[in-house]
This record gives sequence, structure tokens and C-alpha cells, in this order.
Amino acid sequence: MSTLAEIILSVLVVAGGVFTLIGSLGLWRMRDFYTRLHGPTKATTLGVGCLLVASSAFFSITGDGLSLHEVLVSLFLFITAPISAHLMTKAALHRHLPSLARLPSTPPISTDSR
Amino acid sequence: MLNMALTVAFSMVGMAFALSFARLLKGPDATDRVLALDTLYINAIALLVLLGIQLASPLYFEAALLIALMGFVGTVALAKYLLRGDIIE
Repeated sequence: MSTLAEIILSVLVVAGGVFTLIGSLGLWRMRDFYTRLHGPTKATTLGVGCLLVASSAFFSITGDGLSLHEVLVSLFLFITAPISAHLMTKAALHRHLPSLARLPSTPPISTDSR
Repeated sequence: MLNMALTVAFSMVGMAFALSFARLLKGPDATDRVLALDTLYINAIALLVLLGIQLASPLYFEAALLIALMGFVGTVALAKYLLRGDIIE
């Protein structure tokens, strides 16, 4: 394996690890559920995406021919991550979890005409 | 150099595993636990991909793909149960 390919692979692998760690750090550090949802659903998907690109490049370089079946995993994760996040948010809203965001101070439309 | 990068990435994903597991144990509400479980299976996919690169074996992608499929189904089932009180209505 050439030095340039090894440098690119190392950068991709370390970037994937950093993004995964940032996602889980957000899951641990944030203070309410809705902000906690923000960390893993974006950063972790990006981290696993970096790792899968690195793995695809690694097996394309070392093996024979192009190795593309990692794209399946990343495509599946890119499709399913927003769906599961949406469902979890719906469940949290249904359970009336407390939010850090304040309520609006005045109602936007007057409702005292009744 | 790739071996060093793999070691660094393994330790980072391991720390991510520990943080998600701590949230799974602590989580004040059930939805936090479902979110932590979702993050845990994505971390497991990352660990499997790293192991596949380290051992230079293409066998681990089927396992990663299966974890992705089953984890998504599990997350949807748990969220649906929390939302509706039932999975299949």
C-alpha cells in the first residue's frame, strides 16, 4: 500500500472515531431529551459514514477490484436514522417530556373571541 | 501508521460505547434509554467495521448490515410501543 493511500485511510479512520465520540458525548452531556437527540443522530451517522468510506477504500486497494458493498450499510443508515429520530421525538412529545425551550410569551393569535 | 490510527479509533469508539451505556443506565425517561440503545447499535457497527479493517477480512460487513437492520427494527418497535402502548394494532 502506498504512503498516500495509508495517510488518507488513517485520516478517515480517525475522523470516524472522533465523530462517533462527539455523538456519544453529546448524548451524555446535553440536558434535555430534544437536544440529546441532536448529537447521535447526526454525528454518529457521519462517523460511521467516514469509517465505511475508509473500509471501502481499504478493500478496494488491498483486494482485487472495487469493493462497494459497504455502500449498502451507509445507505441503509442514511435512510433509517431520520425515521427513527422522528419516531422517538413523537414518543417524547406524547410523553410530555420537559424541554429547555421556553414557551412563547404571548399567544400569536388572539383566542378570546369565544 | 494505519495500525496506530486504528488503535486511536478503537479507543475513541470504546469511549463512545461507555458514554452511551452510561446514558442507557441513567436515562431519566424511557425514550432516553431507547435513544441510548439506538446509539449503542450504531457504535457496534463502527466497531465491527474497524475490526474488519484491522483483520483485513471482508466477513464482518454481513454482521454490520444485520445489526443495522435489526437495530432499526428494534428502535421502531420500542418507539411505537412508547407512542401507542402497543406494537401491532
